[in-house]
Amino acid sequence: MAKRTRSRWRDLPTAVWMLTPSLVILSVFVLYPLGQAIWLGHQRCDSQGDNCRSNGWDQYVDVARSDEFLHALGVTVKFVVLTVPIGLALGVGLAMLADKYLRGIGVFRAVFSSTVATSVAVASLMWLFLLQPDVGVLANVGFIEELFPVVKQPGLVRDPGTALGAVAASSIWANLGFTFILVTAGLQGIPRDLHEAAVVDGAGGVRRFWDVTLPLLGPTLLFVMIALTSRAFQAYGEMDLLTDGGPRPQDSTTTLTYLTYGGDSVINNNDGLQAATAVLLFAVLLVVSIVQLGAIGRRIHYA
Amino acid sequence: MPGDGTTTYDTPIGWRAVGRYGLLVLVAALVLFPVYTTVVAALKEGNQVLNNPLVPDGFTLRILAKAWDEGNLGRYLLNSGVVAVVITAAQLLTSVLSAYAFAILDFPGRTIMFGVFLATLLVPLEATLVVNRRTVDSLGWINSYQGLTVPFLATAFGTFLLRQVFLTLPRDLRDAAAIDGVGHLGFLRHVAVPLVRPTLGAMAMLSFLSAWNQYLWPNLVTTESDMYTVQSGLKQISEARLDEPNLVMAGTIIAAIPIVVVLLIFQRSLIRGLTSGAVKG
Repeated sequence: MAKRTRSRWRDLPTAVWMLTPSLVILSVFVLYPLGQAIWLGHQRCDSQGDNCRSNGWDQYVDVARSDEFLHALGVTVKFVVLTVPIGLALGVGLAMLADKYLRGIGVFRAVFSSTVATSVAVASLMWLFLLQPDVGVLANVGFIEELFPVVKQPGLVRDPGTALGAVAASSIWANLGFTFILVTAGLQGIPRDLHEAAVVDGAGGVRRFWDVTLPLLGPTLLFVMIALTSRAFQAYGEMDLLTDGGPRPQDSTTTLTYLTYGGDSVINNNDGLQAATAVLLFAVLLVVSIVQLGAIGRRIHYA
Repeated sequence: MPGDGTTTYDTPIGWRAVGRYGLLVLVAALVLFPVYTTVVAALKEGNQVLNNPLVPDGFTLRILAKAWDEGNLGRYLLNSGVVAVVITAAQLLTSVLSAYAFAILDFPGRTIMFGVFLATLLVPLEATLVVNRRTVDSLGWINSYQGLTVPFLATAFGTFLLRQVFLTLPRDLRDAAAIDGVGHLGFLRHVAVPLVRPTLGAMAMLSFLSAWNQYLWPNLVTTESDMYTVQSGLKQISEARLDEPNLVMAGTIIAAIPIVVVLLIFQRSLIRGLTSGAVKG
């Protein structure tokens, strides 16, 4: 026992120098800013965002109950609900479609994976050019404009009723490659003899999808769902480039991240309020993560 | 189409394949549609963009060249390249070291320390950036490579990923090396790292992609054109030149090409990386 204790201490100097680089960075740029943000979030600043002073902790309560925060939280949740299920369903559809041994299937797989190469800026600008009402593509193709006047007047990204959907479409498209790659990998992990056994038992294509493919895809789908949910909660570039959180005054696409960091946000330049909003976003994400991780434990049967 | 199952053997293979190919082509066209319109726009002269936006006028690289000249894109690409390479290399180094300490070494406080690392995974980037911008500002790092890279030189996710593979190395391997008088650093460099090379490649691709794709942070800590990354630069171009969408679209294409090439070369590592965990900036 004594010998074992001594050997634990013997590794310590090596462990210290090996851990130091990571520990310094993570402490200074993850742990410290989180603590500091929690502290900053309770400080009241004047309208210019200067002269911040401690004044109890009720600023968190005020922010959490403010119309701006609750509106942004609602927009964020709507954005998540719009993007995650549709993105997942489309990804599964593409993966099923390409999951066949056909000549040239590699080309189609490359196409379906391709949006993984688009950054949020690249994808958003491509979609801005599609949707923008003055110079955009849809607004300048005659028959589309006649069928859907909204593309020109006021424009999909400027109509309060369609703006969030337009941003969501851009985001779903940008994440499609990621979802496709992961679901394809999941499909390839399903043993072929399970399908063959189901065929022998007389199960048709639809039956096999629901009773063989989908259950065995469970862990993959859950993983993708968690990743997409986390991305959707943290999405920022799409709103920044496509709508600037607008259209105003409805603020139809002002999500929590846009409220915190957006150039046109009402709390821009007020570090206290920005920090409070960022901390509340963290709290929301923490709750979501806990719920999702709880689901992993109970629902999923690993093959 | 008849059911996939029992009819497989008596259906003429030709018709099923034709149907499947037709569907594949249609869906592929839909997926590529935004890319197509972007390319078409970049091939049109300025005053022609609003005419027939679905039909290219011809083939010319003139607009691409103009976007390159006027957009400072070379500089943005260089900045993004430097930032992504520095972050990737540093993350590999710091993660290998900390993962090795957690997986192979035994020391007091290991469990608690590992818990601290894992806890940082729960903190979203957005919760830290308000304060990080102040930190970087007070260090005088606004508009610098330090400001763009230093906050991201370590990753708990990479540490976690590499620890998992280091744990699979047989204990005997380390014991044998120790008997031969090989220290931890020697064992790490000559045995452990070469054995986990595929995981390192996967992690490198994830790090590179997320560093290259960072959007919010570069916008917060750069104000000079010469320090913009591709992503923050594209925002500037789009805001300044929306009246010339063909130039903006050409800029977008130029910005996308390098990462497409990188992904094509390293696609195996990318897929392995994506399936081992999900991170994107």
